Amino acid sequence: MSQKIDVAEVAEQARIALTPEEKDTFQRQLESILSYAERIGELGLDGVEPTLHGNPRVNVLRDDVVVPSVGRDCFLSNAPERNDAEIRLPKIVEDA
Amino acid sequence: MTPYLVTIGLETHVQLKTATKMFCGCSLTFGEEPNTTVCPVCMGYPGALPVLNREAVRLTVISGLMLGCEISRHSIFDRKNYFYPDMSKDYQITQNTYPLCLGGGVTIETPEGPKRIRIHHIHMEEDAAKINHYARFSGVDFNRCGTPLIEIVSEPDLASPDEAMAYLHALKQILVYAGVSDCNLEEGNMRSDVNISVRPAGQEQLGTKVEIKNMNTFKGIHAALEYEIARQLAVVRGGGMLVQETRRWDPELGETQSMRSKENALDYRYFPEPDLVPVELSEAQIESWRTQLPEAPAVRRTRMMAEYGIPEYDAGVLADVKENADFFEAAARACKPGLGKTVSNWFMTEVMRLLSESGMGVDVCALTPAALAELVTLVDEGVINGPTAKELLPEVFAKGGSPRTIVDERGLAQVSDVAVLEAFIAQVFAENVKTVADFHAGKKAAAGFLVGQVMKLSKGKADPKQVGRLVAERLAEGQ
Amino acid sequence: MVGKELTLCAAAEGLRQKAFSSVELTQSVLDAIRERDGALNAYLSVDETGALQQAAAADAARAAGCDGDLLGIPLALKDAINVAGQPCSCASKMLVDMIAPYDATVSARLREAGAVFAGRTNMDEFAMGASTEGSAFKITRNPHDHARVSGGSSGGSAAAVAGGMAIAALGTDTGGSIRQPAAFCGCVGLKPSYGRVSRYGIAACASSMDQAGPMTRTVEDAALLLQVLAGVDPHDGTTLDAPVPDYRAALRGGVAGMRIGLPREYDTDDTDPEVTACVRRTVDACAVAGAEIVELSLPHTKYAVAAYTILAAAEASANLARFDGVRYGRRAAKPESVFDLYAQSRAEGFGPEVKRRIILGTYVLGSGRYDVYYGRAQRVRTLIRRDFDEAFKRCDVLFTPVVPTVAYKIGKACDDPLKMYQSEMFTVPASLAGICGLSMPCGRTASGLPVGLQILGPALGECAVLRAGQAVEEEVGA
Repeated sequence: MSQKIDVAEVAEQARIALTPEEKDTFQRQLESILSYAERIGELGLDGVEPTLHGNPRVNVLRDDVVVPSVGRDCFLSNAPERNDAEIRLPKIVEDA
Repeated sequence: MTPYLVTIGLETHVQLKTATKMFCGCSLTFGEEPNTTVCPVCMGYPGALPVLNREAVRLTVISGLMLGCEISRHSIFDRKNYFYPDMSKDYQITQNTYPLCLGGGVTIETPEGPKRIRIHHIHMEEDAAKINHYARFSGVDFNRCGTPLIEIVSEPDLASPDEAMAYLHALKQILVYAGVSDCNLEEGNMRSDVNISVRPAGQEQLGTKVEIKNMNTFKGIHAALEYEIARQLAVVRGGGMLVQETRRWDPELGETQSMRSKENALDYRYFPEPDLVPVELSEAQIESWRTQLPEAPAVRRTRMMAEYGIPEYDAGVLADVKENADFFEAAARACKPGLGKTVSNWFMTEVMRLLSESGMGVDVCALTPAALAELVTLVDEGVINGPTAKELLPEVFAKGGSPRTIVDERGLAQVSDVAVLEAFIAQVFAENVKTVADFHAGKKAAAGFLVGQVMKLSKGKADPKQVGRLVAERLAEGQ
Repeated sequence: MVGKELTLCAAAEGLRQKAFSSVELTQSVLDAIRERDGALNAYLSVDETGALQQAAAADAARAAGCDGDLLGIPLALKDAINVAGQPCSCASKMLVDMIAPYDATVSARLREAGAVFAGRTNMDEFAMGASTEGSAFKITRNPHDHARVSGGSSGGSAAAVAGGMAIAALGTDTGGSIRQPAAFCGCVGLKPSYGRVSRYGIAACASSMDQAGPMTRTVEDAALLLQVLAGVDPHDGTTLDAPVPDYRAALRGGVAGMRIGLPREYDTDDTDPEVTACVRRTVDACAVAGAEIVELSLPHTKYAVAAYTILAAAEASANLARFDGVRYGRRAAKPESVFDLYAQSRAEGFGPEVKRRIILGTYVLGSGRYDVYYGRAQRVRTLIRRDFDEAFKRCDVLFTPVVPTVAYKIGKACDDPLKMYQSEMFTVPASLAGICGLSMPCGRTASGLPVGLQILGPALGECAVLRAGQAVEEEVGA
């Protein structure tokens, strides 16, 4: 289990720009945390089912009935930039 | 030159025909003002939680049953984590490990005969928002975000762009028949991504796989595949190496382009969605949905052939669009037995021409199945003749109404009374002595001219069959 | 001036008896905030005008014949719980300007019951932390000793209640964030069973473990608040479709005849001896009152923090991805690419603990690592649940300390995040198992710092837990 975390690489995946100091500090701290977390490797877990959800319910479904929107102002007013009724982004986005 | 084999797989995203989004009660619409059908859930606000749409589950199961899939008894949702401005949560709720439908397939027609294209699985997921690009900035509209989708993933069984087209057409037809989706490409109801590789004939291992995105029409998919095959063949035949990558189809330039964005080598970090509990379906529930399944296109064709006495070709044309088949059957049933082929002929020639000219679907034009049935019956009963009926049809198509009523009101009934007809004939013979003489002199075609004159004299209302018979009799008597 | 140290029950009774109005009661709470919060920093924002308007409306409703336990009662809400039109900063620079567009279900229920929203309390940023030092804005001080932490992540709510600046408050608990600050500040805090209270409208930390719950002066107050909050919610598919019992009625009965389990793994050498002593004294008092004490084992306890660290970080990393500068929150100026937009906005908006946990969570979910970390942790979780299932066959409730220590000095825990995680060793197992837990005062240290007792019950076992808690409160007193 001892692959070493590469904080710089993971931070990129997580879309967080780190300063060089943060990279060093987090590298040290996360190695220590992971080393501790890896103690679960001591346990024999064959045949133990994983717990995937917080409670054992199934089939919680919603009827296909329209709930009218409360309107867009409360959402658009939180937008960092808006273009009329759209959320505005700088011209950096390429077509998907 | 070494022959190469092409391997194609399709991942088709189909919008489900529900009233609301997959995980919230926002309505599904098209063309609304931006950001009007949104709520905290589909906008990805902190604290918002998804709740699964019951109807979306049913439609997904229906799709699976129609496509011959196994329906999973236990199915869960997963988070697919990636960042993009059209993602309101920067993860998509989808199904990665336990999709709702497994296996299945579609049979397509190829020059070599019918071919089965297998489906790997069908899973449920939510759609992303729409980014609109302007000159100096972009704008995001979340109306579409959260729209319920099924993704139908085929096995790589397709061997050519034509086969891919046939597969998509078959898929679309089945899903429209099932009432699962409108599959309206202009509205973006049905979008596909394509995986394609080439390999030399005889090699077992598949070649380097390239994914192509951003094709919005069936024609675009065909064009993109043709281009990409040519591109790949040029590379490998030239001794080069293909890169496993995602490329973007540019419909304007007619080429695929490498997508250089960082999104290429993505690790989605799938894990089970903690906010959604599993879907567990019982045998009884699935069976009850199975009994409610709409008729599949192939089954319908066969049944229509048997029930209405029409040939395979007619059944194929009529059943191609479900609304047309529905219309045909309603009309045929409103006629007396044995007129199935006649109704079919009327529909395929006259009605379909009018539909094509007007750009309308048969469910929105003013012509009703009952009206078409009336028209066919009027001709069959001899009340009006074929040409008259052909003239009437466009009017009823555009404005509605009952042909029988129109015929009565305008006195369009054809004249079949022998006495009346004989009077017309006598007049024509008297006015065309030379033509009569020509006939007796051996010019047999003159008979047709005389019949035509009778029709003209009767203003088209004479029963042409009767007229033809009476004229022939009179000429035979040497008059 | 109305007694601001009133319990919720006493305040409700006072309103009914017309000893004072809701406006007077609310004003006295607002006055207390103005007097004391400069020193304590429990609140991030206070809506004086709005609160008094709501109080006036409650008084009018009462005059028109309405009644209810919460009608006209001023409450403080942790700043992760959405109240429409109010800020919801989660104590983060990322959301400093965010105005909530909707009510959380818990807020809607409180609103419908006529409660007054006095203000929004401080917390560790995005509920990640155990001292409230992780707030981007201020450090909340312990009312019993201003040089010490109030605990976290619901430190603001705990300090508001313990400091006489709220009649009661709401907190949230993921790994102990209600129970631990309640213990440090000497008030009562309840983490309901997972799914008992709706999570809709509460900024998610770890989706499979988060719960909102009451933080109050007495056990009865907690029962009263829980009554209003509990129940299935169509907006939250993980809520339990189970009937809500009468929690106040459940308080009666005393502890005689109850079986109290003592898990030996929660009695460690590292625990502060004064904490151990207070808990033991409480156990002995209950034995004298007729409870049966059962010693038992929860054998997988020592793996709980490790499993929790992995699972909570993984879920949180996905839950916090939405803070990307696009639709709301802080956006970096002049990004040069989409990547930049995200990476800079998040770098500017998040504090170090949040960054650390997101990176950790992203890592453990990474390709090839799922089975090693997340998959394993989910299986350990199953073992921990089974431990509790077995234990609750032999006892009705479990008594443990809440935290191995009492409130420590501000600044002490800063450099060692792992130590912070390990300090949650007594609260985290219950979170993994989804069971309920009450934290309540059970004594003081020689220097006057509160010690907390944790009473754990099975899932949907709030009645047993409240009953035992009430008995402890009556027997032992705080």
